Amino acid sequence: MKASRRSKAAAKKAPREQAAKAQAPAGSLVGKGHNRAVPPLDKAKRLALFEMMVKIREFEEQVQRSYLEGLVHGTTHLCQGQEGVAAGANLALADGDYVSYTYRGHGHCLARGMEMETAYAELFGRATGLCNGLGGSMHFTDIAKGLIGAAGIVGGGLPAAVGAGLSAQLNGRGQVSAVFFGDGSVNIGAFHESMNIAQVWRLPVIFICENNLYGEFTRINFTTPFEDLTERAKGYAMTAVQVDGNDVEAVYCTTAEAAERARAGDGPTFIECKTYRHRGHSRTDPAKYRDPAEVEAWLARDPIPAYRAKLVKEGLLTQKEAERMVEEAKAEVKAAADRAAAAPWPDPQQNFTAKMFA
Amino acid sequence: MQTQEITYREAVVAALQEEMRRDPRTLIMGEDIGPSGGPFKTCQGLYEEFGHARVRDTPIAETGFVGAALGLAITGYRPIVEIMFADFLGVCFDQIVNGIAKHRFMSGGQFAVPVTIRAIGGAGLRFGPQHSTTAESWFMSVPGLKIVCPSTPAEAYGMLKSAIRDDDPVLVLEHKALLSSKGHVPVGSDQTQPLTGPRVLRPGRDATVVASLAMVPRALAAAEKLAAEGIEAEIIDIRALRPMDLTPVFESVRRTNNLVTVEEQAKLGGWGAEVAAQVTSEAFDHLDSPPLRVGLPEYPVPYSPPLEDSVLPSPEAIAAAVKSLL
Repeated sequence: MKASRRSKAAAKKAPREQAAKAQAPAGSLVGKGHNRAVPPLDKAKRLALFEMMVKIREFEEQVQRSYLEGLVHGTTHLCQGQEGVAAGANLALADGDYVSYTYRGHGHCLARGMEMETAYAELFGRATGLCNGLGGSMHFTDIAKGLIGAAGIVGGGLPAAVGAGLSAQLNGRGQVSAVFFGDGSVNIGAFHESMNIAQVWRLPVIFICENNLYGEFTRINFTTPFEDLTERAKGYAMTAVQVDGNDVEAVYCTTAEAAERARAGDGPTFIECKTYRHRGHSRTDPAKYRDPAEVEAWLARDPIPAYRAKLVKEGLLTQKEAERMVEEAKAEVKAAADRAAAAPWPDPQQNFTAKMFA
Repeated sequence: MQTQEITYREAVVAALQEEMRRDPRTLIMGEDIGPSGGPFKTCQGLYEEFGHARVRDTPIAETGFVGAALGLAITGYRPIVEIMFADFLGVCFDQIVNGIAKHRFMSGGQFAVPVTIRAIGGAGLRFGPQHSTTAESWFMSVPGLKIVCPSTPAEAYGMLKSAIRDDDPVLVLEHKALLSSKGHVPVGSDQTQPLTGPRVLRPGRDATVVASLAMVPRALAAAEKLAAEGIEAEIIDIRALRPMDLTPVFESVRRTNNLVTVEEQAKLGGWGAEVAAQVTSEAFDHLDSPPLRVGLPEYPVPYSPPLEDSVLPSPEAIAAAVKSLL
């Protein structure tokens, strides 16, 4: 009873206040800041950033359609609205780096070069899937691309990302381990242990927190004593940066700087990307717990139209070219999904022991 | 074969040292295992030889460092972690059960996960309810893990070496009451022990007694007592809990026609139930009596010495259990 009174009262007030604040937070360094200049992006890279965000968006829209068609099973967690983080951060990473993520990880994997057809085949539970249909939506893994995997359990993948960071440090080849996670992760033990170990061992780990304000169905103000999650990093004496996650170039620059610090042996960085997921937590969640004003404010800050307008304004992209990119992405995802839907089911008589043991 | 008489503890150290010399991709992490050599001195001298990079004191954060072992393993290293008390496996349960045990499978078999988890468990040293579990059954229903429980210095040495060389996750359950026990060990050899299969330690014709860890020497002591009365108990060390290959147990029961299991944990959900079930299925017609399980009562291991002693199956109690079947 008490909890319900509290949530009703707070839910009326807090989201509206937050909606008003739904604007680009200033990039701010907390802790020991560094001023390494990140070279400006050339035209090709900027267009590639835009194109990647579009691809991720269209990929997820297709997942939604395929889900409604009964091709995607169980559940799936979509990232529309958060493409700026995946695209921006991944551009700052190098080939030999390790990347891990959460169940909302389709975008991170696509940005890293995951093949769409094998991704859809995995979502559809087919033999040709990225993980042979054994993992599904929450466990995209492609070790050859440094995509070391996702935990379906909130915060569960952070310790492994720290292990990959230790691996990188021991290798001495300047690799980094970048790990994406949500605001919901910052209250679980695995997060705290991972932050602490990474800092105390000065590991080349980049903690990229996608703060979309909701941990599953519950708004951050009900679960966390503050909304600026860089506060968490202070307790670990870790350099922390807050960035507008819907500004793809800002995410790129921040991640590039963190990667440079990590490669130089200066230890981990915590990056808080303020962002928003357009859809609910999972496919059964219509997200009715969100204040319409808050949703509206964030939809107006959609990273894709914003970046498109910026590129057009700077003369790097015409509306026609942008439209063509969107159309091409739509065609690409449709074709990939169609091919995946035609793929065979896995054999229940296969040698599962070989999948489990090396 | 050249052997030396050393303790279980020294056997663990020798196995770690030799395997770390053998493979530069190995490293060990745990609490107080660096310059201190481990609270149970099971890492004595490793830090001096291999340095901080490969012998790493961790924060008291089992979720963090056990999970880190997964990240290391799938990126080319062969991590070993020490869990100071097996009870603390509960702290990192998720990382082991949902991470380490499933990661290869979930990826469709893209990589190996060569993680060795050593946990020092067991009662008898007055450590009380949160520092005395063997944790034998905690992970028995987890596909993807291999679980071994060495009861002698030679087994500790050979099985730990095998675990470290194995490309899959292996949980090695050691026992603190056995650390000072002595035995002949082929130190410095390349002789490993298999990670599966029970071993017959003492032949006998009247009853098959299957035991693990610190219950093995107690079962052997029980057999001595029974022999004085003309009863020959066959003592089998179960050695490996997952996968569980009980072929030698079936063969034994077909000869002795009686089965007793002895485990240092509650019987409900214990491995003795699995052994009894499998023996009943495989050798039903050979049983002269229902399988009998000996284990701990349904409460945690108490602290007070007379209480702790009372819950641990004594050689006398094991002998009495055997006699009750004959």
